[in-house]
Amino acid sequence: MAGFKRKEGREMVEMNTSSLPDLIFTILFFFMMVTTMREVTLKVKFVVPQGTELTKLEKKSAVSFIYVGPPTDQLRAQMGSGTRIQLNDRYAEPREVMDFVAAERKRMVNEGDQVISIKADQHTHMGYITDIKEVLRKSWALKINYSASRRN
Amino acid sequence: MAKKKKKMPGLNTSSTADISFMLLIFFLVTTSMDTDMGLSRRLPNPPDPDQEDAQVDIKSRNIMYVRLNSAGQLWIKDETFNDYVDISILRQRAKDFIKNEQNFSKWPEKHVKVIDHMGRCFVTDKHVISVQTARDTPYFAYFQVQNELVAAYSELRDEISKEKFGRLYESLDEDLKAAVRQYYPQNISEAEPKKYGVAQ
Repeated sequence: MAGFKRKEGREMVEMNTSSLPDLIFTILFFFMMVTTMREVTLKVKFVVPQGTELTKLEKKSAVSFIYVGPPTDQLRAQMGSGTRIQLNDRYAEPREVMDFVAAERKRMVNEGDQVISIKADQHTHMGYITDIKEVLRKSWALKINYSASRRN
Repeated sequence: MAKKKKKMPGLNTSSTADISFMLLIFFLVTTSMDTDMGLSRRLPNPPDPDQEDAQVDIKSRNIMYVRLNSAGQLWIKDETFNDYVDISILRQRAKDFIKNEQNFSKWPEKHVKVIDHMGRCFVTDKHVISVQTARDTPYFAYFQVQNELVAAYSELRDEISKEKFGRLYESLDEDLKAAVRQYYPQNISEAEPKKYGVAQ
């Protein structure tokens, strides 16, 4: 029975962990892909209305956003609390929407796919929305999307 | 026996994978994937400046007015009805109006139309739903109206798709969808906002 010899300081078989970094990278990439980076800093506050008949905005690259709402808390002191329209990084007038649409159209591959998403606060008065819609019609940006959240 | 120097065992890292998986699952559960959703609409083409205001004459039985005042109150008017109502009944009313199942003389006129894949159909495609708002109507009231009208249309389209093709509208092929759209076209007109209470 000499076979049973107690090994001294028994060593564990180490697991090959060389794939761990790959794994972590996978996770990293996954989150990089799913998180939507907001390109503009929001200068208006908005809570979108709730609806049931919503569709997802499929082609992210073909979407331009128009934000409508009162200025954020930090900017309220300077800008007041009236409803503002935000295009890119600044406040704008409804008529400037036309230039905005044209500029956005330039960066798009397929102009026909252009969708304008209106992210407006639910308590905005319709006058602002109507003004924007009129300008959008004139600039032939006819596909629009009223941004909303799902109602349960 | 001479004491051998004990080897330092390497740190066991096999559980790191589990930890990272747990993190992954945690984030999967907690992150709401910020998909942008919304109600898609198509605006009408811009008015042609060469043309005079083409006031299309629409028979009054074909029009259902949906008006929102500055308090967000909803008012529906057609040939049979004229009153303030709650938003909850709008969908059913719009459906009844568009469908006009009994071919009622005060609701949209029906006529025969030949549609691909469906054959001869008796449709109400001349109906118009006119949504009007005031400048200070709250946006959410308008949005709810749009939402209910779109819901009414999609329910009607589902009904006819089931009847004719045995499937829901969303699962149909593109040419069948087009046929259904011809059966129930979305005729929502949005006129310029008006001032109410001044003169009617």
